[in-house]
Amino acid sequence: MGKPTGFIEFTRELPADRDPLERIKDWKEFHLHLPEDSLKKQGARCMDCGIPFCHSGSLISGMASGCPINNLIPEWNDLIFRGLWKEALDRLHKTNNFPEFTGRVCPAPCEGSCVLGINDPPVTIKNIEVSIIDKGWEEGWVVPQTPERRTGKTVAVIGSGPAGLSAAAQLNKAGHTVTVFERADRPGGLLMYGIPNMKLDKKEVVLRRVKLLEDEGVTFKCSVNIGTDITAEQLRKDFDAIIVATGATKPRDLPIPGRELKGIHFAMDFLTANTKAVLDPSGKYITADGKDVVIIGGGDTGTDCVGTSIRHGCTTVTQLEIMAKPPLKRAANNPWPEWPKVYNMDYGQQEAAAKFGDDPRVYLTTATHFEGDEDGNVKAVHVVNVEWKKDEKGNFGPQKIAGTEKVLPAQLVLLAMGFLGPEQPLLDALNVERDPRSNIKAEHEKYTTSLPGVFAAGDCRRGQSLVVWAFNEGRGAARECDRFLMGATSLP
Amino acid sequence: MTSPGLSPNGLPPAQGLYDPRHEHDACGVGFVCHMKGKKSHSIVANALQILENLDHRGACVEENTGDGAGILMQKPHTFLVKAAKEAGFELPEAGQYGVANVFTTRGGDSWEKAKETFAKVAAEEGMPVIGWRDLPVNNSTLGKSAKASEPLVRQVFVKRHASSKTDLEFERKLYVLRKVAHTAIRVGKIDLSWYAPSMSCRTLVYKGMLTPIQVGEYFLDLQDEAMESALALVHSRFSTNTFPNWERSHPYRYIAHNGEINTLRGNINWMLARQSLFASELFGDDINKIKPVINIDGSDSTIFDNCLELLVLSGRSLPHAMMMMIPEPWSGHESMSEAKKAFYEYHSCLMEPWDGPASVAFTDGTMMGATLDRNGLRPSRYYVTHDDLVIMGSEAGVLPVDPANVKLKGRLQPGKMFIVNMEEGRIVPDDEIKEKISMEKPYREWLDKNLVKLADIADGAPAPLPDHETMLKRQQAFGYTWEDLRLLMVPMARDGVEAIGSMGTDIPIAALSSKAKLLYDYFKQLFAQVTNPPIDCIREEIVTSPLTTIGREGNLLDPKPESCHLIELKTPILSNEELAKLKAIASGQFASATLDITFDPKLGAAGLEAAMDALCAQADDLVKQGRNILILTDRAISVTKAPIPALLAVGGLHHHLIKQGTRTMCDIVLESGEPREVHHFCTLIGFGCGAINPYLAFETLDDMIRQGLLVNVDHKKAVYNFIKAATKGVIKVASKIGISTMQSYRGAQIFEAVGLSRSVVDKYFTSTATRVEGSDIKIIAEECIQRHMRGFPDRDSQVHALDVGGDYQWRKEGEAHLFNPLTIHTLQKAVRTGNFDTFKQYTSLVNTQVKQFYTLRGLLDFKGQTPVPIEEVETVDTIMKRFKTGAMSYGSISGEAHEAMAIAMNRIGGKSNTGEGGEDPARYTWTNEKGDSKNSAIKQVASGRFGVTSLYLSQAKEIQIKMAQGAKPGEGGQLPGSKVYPWIAKVRGSTPGVGLISPPPHHDIYSIEDLAQLIHDLKNANREARISVKLVSEVGVGTIAAGVAKAHSDVVLISGYDGGTGASPQTSVKHAGIPWELGLAETHQTLLLNNLRSKIVVEADGQMKTGRDVVIAALLGAEEFGFATAPLVTLGCIMMRVCHLNTCPVGVATQNPELRAKFSGDPEHAANFMRFIAQEVRELMAELGFRKLEDMVGRTDVLEARQAVDHWKARGIDLSKLLYSPPVGPEVGRFCTQKQDHGIEKSMDITKLLDLCKPAIENGEKVNATLSIRNVNRTVGTILGHEITRRHWQGLPDDTVHLHFNGTAGQSFGAFIPKGVTLEIEGDANDYVGKGMSGGRIIVYPPAGSTFVAEENIIAGNTALYGATAGELFLRGMAGERFAVRNSGVDTVVEGVGDHGCEYMTGGRVVVLGTTGRNFAAGMSGGIAYVLDEKGDFATRCNTTMVDLFKLEDKEEIEALYDLIKKHADATKSQKAFKVLALWEQTLPQFVKVLPRDYARVLKALKKAQDDGLTGDDALIAAFESNSKDVARVGGG
Repeated sequence: MGKPTGFIEFTRELPADRDPLERIKDWKEFHLHLPEDSLKKQGARCMDCGIPFCHSGSLISGMASGCPINNLIPEWNDLIFRGLWKEALDRLHKTNNFPEFTGRVCPAPCEGSCVLGINDPPVTIKNIEVSIIDKGWEEGWVVPQTPERRTGKTVAVIGSGPAGLSAAAQLNKAGHTVTVFERADRPGGLLMYGIPNMKLDKKEVVLRRVKLLEDEGVTFKCSVNIGTDITAEQLRKDFDAIIVATGATKPRDLPIPGRELKGIHFAMDFLTANTKAVLDPSGKYITADGKDVVIIGGGDTGTDCVGTSIRHGCTTVTQLEIMAKPPLKRAANNPWPEWPKVYNMDYGQQEAAAKFGDDPRVYLTTATHFEGDEDGNVKAVHVVNVEWKKDEKGNFGPQKIAGTEKVLPAQLVLLAMGFLGPEQPLLDALNVERDPRSNIKAEHEKYTTSLPGVFAAGDCRRGQSLVVWAFNEGRGAARECDRFLMGATSLP
Repeated sequence: MTSPGLSPNGLPPAQGLYDPRHEHDACGVGFVCHMKGKKSHSIVANALQILENLDHRGACVEENTGDGAGILMQKPHTFLVKAAKEAGFELPEAGQYGVANVFTTRGGDSWEKAKETFAKVAAEEGMPVIGWRDLPVNNSTLGKSAKASEPLVRQVFVKRHASSKTDLEFERKLYVLRKVAHTAIRVGKIDLSWYAPSMSCRTLVYKGMLTPIQVGEYFLDLQDEAMESALALVHSRFSTNTFPNWERSHPYRYIAHNGEINTLRGNINWMLARQSLFASELFGDDINKIKPVINIDGSDSTIFDNCLELLVLSGRSLPHAMMMMIPEPWSGHESMSEAKKAFYEYHSCLMEPWDGPASVAFTDGTMMGATLDRNGLRPSRYYVTHDDLVIMGSEAGVLPVDPANVKLKGRLQPGKMFIVNMEEGRIVPDDEIKEKISMEKPYREWLDKNLVKLADIADGAPAPLPDHETMLKRQQAFGYTWEDLRLLMVPMARDGVEAIGSMGTDIPIAALSSKAKLLYDYFKQLFAQVTNPPIDCIREEIVTSPLTTIGREGNLLDPKPESCHLIELKTPILSNEELAKLKAIASGQFASATLDITFDPKLGAAGLEAAMDALCAQADDLVKQGRNILILTDRAISVTKAPIPALLAVGGLHHHLIKQGTRTMCDIVLESGEPREVHHFCTLIGFGCGAINPYLAFETLDDMIRQGLLVNVDHKKAVYNFIKAATKGVIKVASKIGISTMQSYRGAQIFEAVGLSRSVVDKYFTSTATRVEGSDIKIIAEECIQRHMRGFPDRDSQVHALDVGGDYQWRKEGEAHLFNPLTIHTLQKAVRTGNFDTFKQYTSLVNTQVKQFYTLRGLLDFKGQTPVPIEEVETVDTIMKRFKTGAMSYGSISGEAHEAMAIAMNRIGGKSNTGEGGEDPARYTWTNEKGDSKNSAIKQVASGRFGVTSLYLSQAKEIQIKMAQGAKPGEGGQLPGSKVYPWIAKVRGSTPGVGLISPPPHHDIYSIEDLAQLIHDLKNANREARISVKLVSEVGVGTIAAGVAKAHSDVVLISGYDGGTGASPQTSVKHAGIPWELGLAETHQTLLLNNLRSKIVVEADGQMKTGRDVVIAALLGAEEFGFATAPLVTLGCIMMRVCHLNTCPVGVATQNPELRAKFSGDPEHAANFMRFIAQEVRELMAELGFRKLEDMVGRTDVLEARQAVDHWKARGIDLSKLLYSPPVGPEVGRFCTQKQDHGIEKSMDITKLLDLCKPAIENGEKVNATLSIRNVNRTVGTILGHEITRRHWQGLPDDTVHLHFNGTAGQSFGAFIPKGVTLEIEGDANDYVGKGMSGGRIIVYPPAGSTFVAEENIIAGNTALYGATAGELFLRGMAGERFAVRNSGVDTVVEGVGDHGCEYMTGGRVVVLGTTGRNFAAGMSGGIAYVLDEKGDFATRCNTTMVDLFKLEDKEEIEALYDLIKKHADATKSQKAFKVLALWEQTLPQFVKVLPRDYARVLKALKKAQDDGLTGDDALIAAFESNSKDVARVGGG
């Protein structure tokens, strides 16, 4: 441990983000780095706990508590305090194939369960993580590491999102010959098109890693749709094992009157097209320029829609959230080390506040119907306030409050209410067993599906979740796949 | 030799967890002799009287059955002639016959055959039988057990051997005869009771399973006026068992021993190994008849006597042999003569010391002597009278002597010997005896010529240090983890110290872990508790030595100059350069050879076993070729070569060579990548390794320096520090069992294996206890191969970085921990919400984990029983009365946490425990609207005695003597000054900012009879309180618990090794002690076997977390239960494991006010925990059909062992011994039903003093009286003191009670007496004068009419003022060892002290008007001593690690000193004091002021704060703060 009294001496400090009013003018990343000596102090705040909850990755009350991939957080915090960046990177890579992704997009359950967080602001774990890996890239420490020996076994990974990429990386390391199939034109899945560029730079961060994987021997085949371009049978014949990592991309719809109107889109369609256009300037996208935008859904995707809309130049932006505004501090029934359900402003809201003066979120509100104009374009969203209570049947849920109806003008409506599970055609083609929630049936930590040699990892198995859980699953599925192929495994 | 089970006189056979090997004893010893050799019957009579007066040092459970007593005297020729005549035969002249007393079977038909056989053997040996007589005995007073096992004692006379020119030669022949007869008759199973207490032409021994008083009554011979001797040695035994055993009574043939040999296993092994080399002109062909020399089934004293006898009869004088076996600490001795040092150094090449507390009185019938071990852990006092008697005893006052007749009162000093030379008619002092013996041979010359220092050997070529990549592979193959590097190796290499940790351990034992554990992890360190003391190797470094020698040993019986042709090592840990020297050596007789210890991992266990066999065979060849340094190396490690576990290689080869009889012809040196932490070195050395080169550890340090993980040291310094830390660490571990030297630790096997199969232990670690079996050679091989695969995998799919480890801190991929994120969270949630369902989730998590093979209890299941309705089961409230919280001191945890715990336990009717830090008296009366109380029901008394005052003890419901602590058994503790906050100092009675040290031993408990004394003292200090003794689980703890029960403890607590701690070396946290399941079951079984279970309450603790844990503890034998870590967690602890850093972020284990403010615990949370546990217990009881908790105690029949078939390692575990139930009858109680008889009613306080002092006690009126006192009057004044304290918390005005005693006071005179009580003795006093004195005053001076010079004679025994907090003590005369140890406030004047004066002192003033022994002021952190240094050499005997010496300058201080001496002079009429005062101007410059540096700094800071205008607490806090910022502050080392 670096400095036993660090947490008493130093306070939590994060790097300032770029000024919201500046950053909304471009698509570049908005996070900045802290200078090394400040990071050192932040590393020193780590208490080197006997039980580092941050590293634990437990599910408590259904939420992640601690890092799902069990990052060795106290170890690299200590190394940063000592200024041993290279060693820190080694320890970081031990559990995490892609720290530059988690360091940018993870909601950081580690910080929510940081022991210091019991009565003080937690350690800036996520920021330290991203600083380590960014420095690693900068210094040229992240170099291709090809396996000494190939096993002669081939593995197909379907889907190049977080689960697919981590599975591919691990399997390649174990000496297998890995081919990743991606139906989009670029690899990365959610990382490529699901998350906007200002949060995760595509060229500088995502594609850089993909390139490294290619250099290590992983083959990426993009714009290939399994089931249409290659049949499932063929794939099973061609490869010794398959890992399905197609994600949970089926969006939750809002079947209320007016849903068919033009200008109502799923958030992911909006975001994907946008990123494509950022990468290929000629590309088409759904613009929010000059529009009143209503986003339905208060989660991270909704926030990404807020940030993107503002960059487009929307006139107003409103984000509807059916839940109550969370408290500023943990509620009694949400104790540490549970995921802290507290109010905070993410980048999109900060930008909205900077530009329009307020948090765009409206709580305890639901849309009742969309109103269109004569051309069939959406023109307004009718909303009503709700309260959460039991209905006459005794079911707890949101109950509309009569007399609170409002009309929000909207020319663009984005539905960001989460995902219902994997898309089914590929799974049908594979003829793999599903669970009642339409996910592929496979046990966590085992990942074996009803088909021998076929493994499932990530959101297509567990349902919509965090990127970091997908990493956990991709690594785990690779391990089990390796065991299946070789009879034994030393993958973690 | 005897085998257990064969002898009707012996102990019960090993059964369940009980093993007779672990029996201990202690005793009182004494002798009387006539200096000029004048024989008389009065000597015998006097000796018997001494024995009676030592009665309280023996033990007696059953009426009239003692643990054994006896007498050794000169052959009483006159009497024997008479007795022989009566028996019908004539004896020849005195020198012409030998006589033996022999135990034979009473009744039966073995006698004729035995007699016939003896006659035949005696004739063959040339010493035909003259005649036999049956000893007339009176067995009417014998107790039941003694009578049931009573042998028929016969006396046999044999003729002198024709060839014997001298008595000594005849003795030698008689020795051979005794051995041959024993083999023929006892071993040959003709008479299983056959045992000759003595067979000699000079001496005769009468002994048996008798009480001291019975010796003279039983053996009618002894009453005969013709029974004359010039010397008589007597002994009264206190054994840890109640089994009848006549043989184990002392005296033995040459000695009576008070103490315990800690290194016994090693000594036995080495003697067995040496035996094959024995050759002696003196014995000639007889040499083979005396083998085996050692009776391995005998007690340590027996075996010691066996070896001594051999050394003497093979040509050494008795003192010479004693010097060999119990050497003084010579290597670092500042004033020892060169010749004597050479003697010891030379003899260290012949034999390792027999180490352990020992006061040995010895005689061969021609002279009488006594010696004390180096630590002086046994009291021995002697008087010499004007009429030439020398009287020695464990206590003064054992024989009444007219004061006018006393010429001299002395004591035996540590490491010293004295001899009564009856020919010359004088006492020969230590120096003279030893100088003479040392000069007999030119030892120094022999050493110079033959003993080679490692540094003088020519250099070889050390291996180069390799790069990071190749190293990482090997690190992985040897199982290195990141944690090893970061937590263990960095502190060693950077600071030269061992890593410190806290909060105990909650990981699976090695055999239950799913990880590949190193073989070392299967071995648990043993430690001293009760029957012998651990040693403080830091503060008492003068007695320790890391020196060892390697090479080929010579013939023990024929010492030659070249017997010391060995290589001397300063430490057994070798650098690469040093190893290279050994590898290259080719000078003198030395020839090293290198043996590979790797095997082909592809061949698995068979490959490992074959490699071991090949290693042994190769070693045999090499030894035959004359190679004498066998270097085992695993440097050949590669993809195809896995290393044999180094410990397996070393232990296996060591035992192989012992069996071959070639062990002493060579030594084993290890070059291995595996060892890296202290415990590794301990086990390797403990199983016989001579030297270790941990090359990979050194390479790792180098690599860490390159990487920047290890800073501020270069490679050389890092290696130096690492070796230093490892060496100190091993010495520390050795000192925990009371062993002081590396040499005797080597091969001593002070370990218990937990989870290793018998097959592995028998073959490779012979004679080590392993009681639950477990991993066999296949598993060991599998573990090796798994590690090897990590470093040299088939496919390299890992990130190139070390594994996490996770043994010390929880890690997902690391070792499993019972407390982990989920269990902690769920527990906290349950108790905070008060939700029993959530609690059940928590316990189900824990119990499931437990069942996944974390713990032994996890392997147990309940057998289906008929349930009872839960309403019929006793209530939660009554169950909770049996619950306690663990001892956590105020200091280790915050006041908030400490008080919350007390409130919670008082609320539920359980008991909280103060821990060893005292308690603020304000808590005794505090209450609130809920009626809560902060008074801890249990007051702990630990070795530091912090805050232990008369008042503290008076407020207890239970007083707990902490003998050991689970996390660090055998160790003391240290609270650095920076943590001694003013409020902590206040309750501990010390100075803020001044560090506090708890010694490893209680300095008033060096043995079981000492413990009995402390129990007695505490019972006197509060008759209402139960006395409890806390032990830690280890093999043999059951036997110790039996001793504790015999010592009249009301409760015995068996703690698991895994319990928490505020700070402890990691080595101890992980590797010392064993799980409570084993210790508890052994205790219950042993208590049943001894029929002691009904006399004592048994409590268990150690990582108890659920109701299931409690129920299993009850079924294994406990009726009360302790919890510590779990209740702490309920109060907010989240297992940071930084208690030792004072940075606990939740305010639990910190004193930092800023952090304490974060404490969020509520007593109700802890109370909820207790209620939930009790509720769970209740539910389980209903399920199992028990209505009362006590019905469950020891009911192992409702438990069954689960088959661990799913676990790759645990399959071999066998719990049948754990579940064993001894076949005892219904009369034997299964739980505590009886009260102990503490004998309080007979005490002088009850019978006389209370009545006498009633006016003072009740009304504060003055009382003066004169009484007589004897050594049997123990703990005088304590009850009186208690009664005063109970009524007057602050005591009474000085001198309200003034009692004048005439005579010799027994032990613990004036213990804990409060202010207002003055006790005066005209006579002398024994040990522990003024123990825990709490404001009283004691004055001791010689009787009027004494002829000796008071200041040159001993007036009081050892360990005066131990833990005293206030008052005054004036001693006119010298005191023994450890004067004013841990004194924290008494002002005292004494006229000379023994070794270790003012040790650990924290306050008060000590004036010594005379000389001091060695190691004065060791660990002294506070208070001031003034020593009158007339010879000007005091500085050489003072330990200045923590103190500075000054001349007196301050006028006020000089005046205060003058006043104190004046007080002494007035009180004692000391001539010395009057002289000093009269010549004050001349004597003042001779005074040396001893001032602890810490204390001086704090005083200065305090003065500054006061000068700045601060007062009271404000000044203290300001001083504390400024002091804690002072970087130069030193702790206690």
